[in-house]
Amino acid sequence: MKKKYKIEVDCANCAAKMEEATKKVAGVKDATVGFMTQKMSVEFEEEVDIDAVMQEVVKACKRVEDDCEIYL
Amino acid sequence: MNKKQKKVMLRIIIAALLLVTFHFVPVEGYLQLILYLVPYAVIGYDILRKAVLGIIHGEVFDENFLMAVATIGAFALGEYVEGSAVMLFYQVGELFQSYAVGKSRKNITDLMDIRPDYANIEENGALIQVDPDDVEVGSIIVVQPGEKVPIDGVIVEGTTTLNTSALTGESVPRQAKPGDEVISGCVNLSGLLKIETTKEFEESTVSKILELVENSSMKKSKSENFITRFAKYYTPAVCYGALALALLPPIVNMLMGNPANWSVWVIRALTTLVISCPCALVISIPLSFFGGIGGASAKGILVKGSNYLEALADTKYVVCDKTGTLTKGVFEVTNIVPQGISKEELLEKAAYVESFSNHPISKSLKTAYGKDIDTSKVSDVEEISGYGVSAVIDGKKIYVGNTKFMKKLHVSYTEPKQVATEVHVAMDGVYGGYILISDVVKENAKEAVEKLKKAGVKQVVMLTGDAKRTADAVGKKLSVDVVKSELLPADKVAEVEKLLEQKGAKEKLAFVGDGINDAPVLSRADLGIAMGALGSDAAIEAADIVLMDDDPAKIALAIKISKKTLRIVYQNIVFALAIKLGCLALGAIGFVNMWWAIFADVGVMVIAVLNATRALQYKVKEP
Repeated sequence: MKKKYKIEVDCANCAAKMEEATKKVAGVKDATVGFMTQKMSVEFEEEVDIDAVMQEVVKACKRVEDDCEIYL
Repeated sequence: MNKKQKKVMLRIIIAALLLVTFHFVPVEGYLQLILYLVPYAVIGYDILRKAVLGIIHGEVFDENFLMAVATIGAFALGEYVEGSAVMLFYQVGELFQSYAVGKSRKNITDLMDIRPDYANIEENGALIQVDPDDVEVGSIIVVQPGEKVPIDGVIVEGTTTLNTSALTGESVPRQAKPGDEVISGCVNLSGLLKIETTKEFEESTVSKILELVENSSMKKSKSENFITRFAKYYTPAVCYGALALALLPPIVNMLMGNPANWSVWVIRALTTLVISCPCALVISIPLSFFGGIGGASAKGILVKGSNYLEALADTKYVVCDKTGTLTKGVFEVTNIVPQGISKEELLEKAAYVESFSNHPISKSLKTAYGKDIDTSKVSDVEEISGYGVSAVIDGKKIYVGNTKFMKKLHVSYTEPKQVATEVHVAMDGVYGGYILISDVVKENAKEAVEKLKKAGVKQVVMLTGDAKRTADAVGKKLSVDVVKSELLPADKVAEVEKLLEQKGAKEKLAFVGDGINDAPVLSRADLGIAMGALGSDAAIEAADIVLMDDDPAKIALAIKISKKTLRIVYQNIVFALAIKLGCLALGAIGFVNMWWAIFADVGVMVIAVLNATRALQYKVKEP
């Protein structure tokens, strides 16, 4: 299951950090954060509660980059 | 500028005004410190906050931390103006960066502004606008002049000219009449069209292309990965280096009985911190690639990832499929030579046997036959890949195929004198003659091969399933280096693998095909390039690079765009690192003050970003 989200992030380095943080969240199989397109795509593990995982993703991203915004 | 940027702009102006005003206020000591803390707080509060949050979250070494330490250090040493100014210029740089990136992002998305916002549906005689997502397959949609075709379909009513430039980069409009297939993303120029949709919006060309382009910058190039990894080690290294620079020399001085000179060394350490901020690199490289991909799309070349754009520059071998790539792939029957039967009968038999196939050769036979085919007369159709087709018509087993097929059947056949694709016909083991079919070489194919050579390609190889004589004739005409003919689809993969083994480790091999039947080769080559892919989903899926129109000259153009992008990337890496390392070395021995350090950081970044935006433009030099 793959989903795309619109994001707002100001620097390329922060996007890279968000990507790493997202990948570490439980339930996330893979993730890419596109700084230029301001989009992130998240691939989820089978049978997870996507909304709950995304809440964790938002938390993890806010921790590494306080200024970022993820539109769920 | 968006809201966030405007706010930063306002803070910059206020802080700058305050700094200039305070320059003329004659105060000393603590009063001066308090005075200068005001603009510092105005301009830097968010950086300080982020630095603190970073430390709390265990993400210590980032740009915010660098800036916070450098400026607080400057204040501690009484360099109030410098401390505030460093923060001010850092914010100016950040603002510029965010503005420039936003601007080029907009440029690129405008360039690819092919997303249709609505579809018109006729209901009770009135046109209503609906979301293209809601249109079912088989609905009739109306496209007025000036509107974009929202969904792929077939014209049922109306003739017009279509502007396909957003998709193909081709500026000459295309004629369209009832029965023609139209793809979404084209702009209807003149007449009112009624279109029966053949796909859902999600599956339509325009959606596929948009998705492809959006995903492209997510596949990161080697240079991008290098810089990300580099920044990960670089920032902590610089911080420890600065710490060492602040501590070691004074301690050594003390041990040797000299004055410690703490303040001098701490200032030098802070200067190196400011210089070493890695933003210029981290921002300019993805921006360059994004620009290059955007510039290429404007020319009708879709690159599916930065990594492919990077690999294009090293392309030394280009393997082309003949049909549909170098030739038009439109076959015409040029000669019918029967033996023992009439011309009409020969053509009829061939057309009937091939009636179930969609191969271009079959189509040309059917076109030449011209009459309706009663498919119920045909039974036991068997297609033998690489040889031909056999079927039973009126109780007779009929074989239609190439010379290899005749040899396999042990039927003696006549060798035609002309060079063309030969279709031999045998009935119940008796030879019935041959039909010659010619494919037309594309007008710009020869030029395309020449351009590839000029772009640094070592070898252009042509692969084809056609007979040797036909293939050699075309190969000579186009002056390709190597011609491999009479290949079965599996042989093509083997040929490509052979070449892959021969080539050097850094050289890349690109395979160019029209996307029909060559998906395995497309994925086997270092770079799969699909041609004329409009409407062919399989090609868009399998290829790494998609040329939207049929122009083979675009391959060379793509290589050139790739080289230009990489040149910009390397310029930025070398330029930024050289200035930074130079300033670092000079800063460590005290030749560079805080003002130079600000230039080394913000100035370099501004120049690198400006340089990166060049990647978006590629002007074709017409001879």
